[in-house]
Amino acid sequence: MSALTLLLDALLAGTLVWVAARALAAAELVTGIALFIAFGLLMTIVWVRLSAPDVALAEAGIGTGLTGALLFAALARLRRAGAPDNRGENGDE
Amino acid sequence: MSDAHAAAGALAARALLWIVLAGAGAMLATAVLSLPEDGLGLADETLADLGRTGVEHPVTAVLMNYRAYDTLLEMAVLFLALVGVWSMAEARPRPTAPPGLVLQFLTQLLVPFLILFAGYLLWAGAHEPGGAFQAGAVLAAAGVLVTLSGAQLPSVPRALHRSLLLLGLVTFAAAGVAVQLGGGAFLEFPPSAAKALILAIEAAAGISIGLGLVAIFEGGRPSEPESAPR
Amino acid sequence: MTGAELYALTGIALFVIGLHGLIRYAHLMRKILALNVTGAGVFLVVAALAERGQDGTPDPVPQALVITGIVVAVAATGLALVLMLRVASATGRAELPDPRSE
Repeated sequence: MSALTLLLDALLAGTLVWVAARALAAAELVTGIALFIAFGLLMTIVWVRLSAPDVALAEAGIGTGLTGALLFAALARLRRAGAPDNRGENGDE
Repeated sequence: MSDAHAAAGALAARALLWIVLAGAGAMLATAVLSLPEDGLGLADETLADLGRTGVEHPVTAVLMNYRAYDTLLEMAVLFLALVGVWSMAEARPRPTAPPGLVLQFLTQLLVPFLILFAGYLLWAGAHEPGGAFQAGAVLAAAGVLVTLSGAQLPSVPRALHRSLLLLGLVTFAAAGVAVQLGGGAFLEFPPSAAKALILAIEAAAGISIGLGLVAIFEGGRPSEPESAPR
Repeated sequence: MTGAELYALTGIALFVIGLHGLIRYAHLMRKILALNVTGAGVFLVVAALAERGQDGTPDPVPQALVITGIVVAVAATGLALVLMLRVASATGRAELPDPRSE
């Protein structure tokens, strides 16, 4: 593996970890979910890099698309029910 | 006074958490890096018998033939999750306000293509990346779009909807039992019939996965406005 | 270091970050997100090890396991979200009770 591809892999891996950390620490849940979807799309690229196109397809369709839709739908329902997004030590980083 | 105390305690707890997690991560990293370079993979074994599985794509062969048990039980897990969702809540009401023009247009444009693409993925799974799960996911995406757009769908009889949700699991198990009756082991597809069996199972599973994921997305059992107490 | 090893270590990092979020945050939605990040880390380790030490042909068995895992993760997430909504409608907040506040 050439140094350049390894550098690109390292860049991708670093972005992946950073986006995951930001998604979990986001102050607003909406931001967190949006970043989580971005995280899923980055995972899709990683699957292709790991020569696993089947997994990439499954991740893009099920892991990212549907999970994102599920999370946003649940958040909308949670807000309608009047539960606060944040309380206590959430999102204070 | 006690505030400062609590803050110091929280800080200490946070530091301790990171120390423990870093230790666990370092242990895992050491374990992964110390694995032998040429691990005992199953790539060669998978490829050696590929001709007898009924499909040409190794990943599909693993999913639908070598480890069909996993996939059968996975269908069961999906179904159980749906049962759990249905037992806990009623589906949120479909949006009644007309959706935005963009969503409406995109739904009309995309849904037929998504269904076509799902069919393609199902067929392509035999020899290149694709298969029942990917097809089911694309079907589910189409279903979610339709749900969000608030389109008025012809009402499907409840029994038909539930049968379709179970179709994949039932077809899979029935195929497994059928080959058993023919003298093989459970889910041991004979090479001559494997292609047809796997395609039938994948088609049924794709439909059930797609509908099941949409049903989970709806967040509860379908509400029955006209149902009278029995 | 090879690309596969890099991604295996990335998977471990994701696992640790997810575990941290799972413990640290009280909101159940954040716990569900964290659990999904943890799962993604596990999938990444499994798939990266499938790539490692093979010349050209990755091992299809772990890849199939990961596909199965992704579908199961989504099913579990859907169930967890409904449970979260149930907790929220029962207690008015999407959190588990904090033992320190009692």
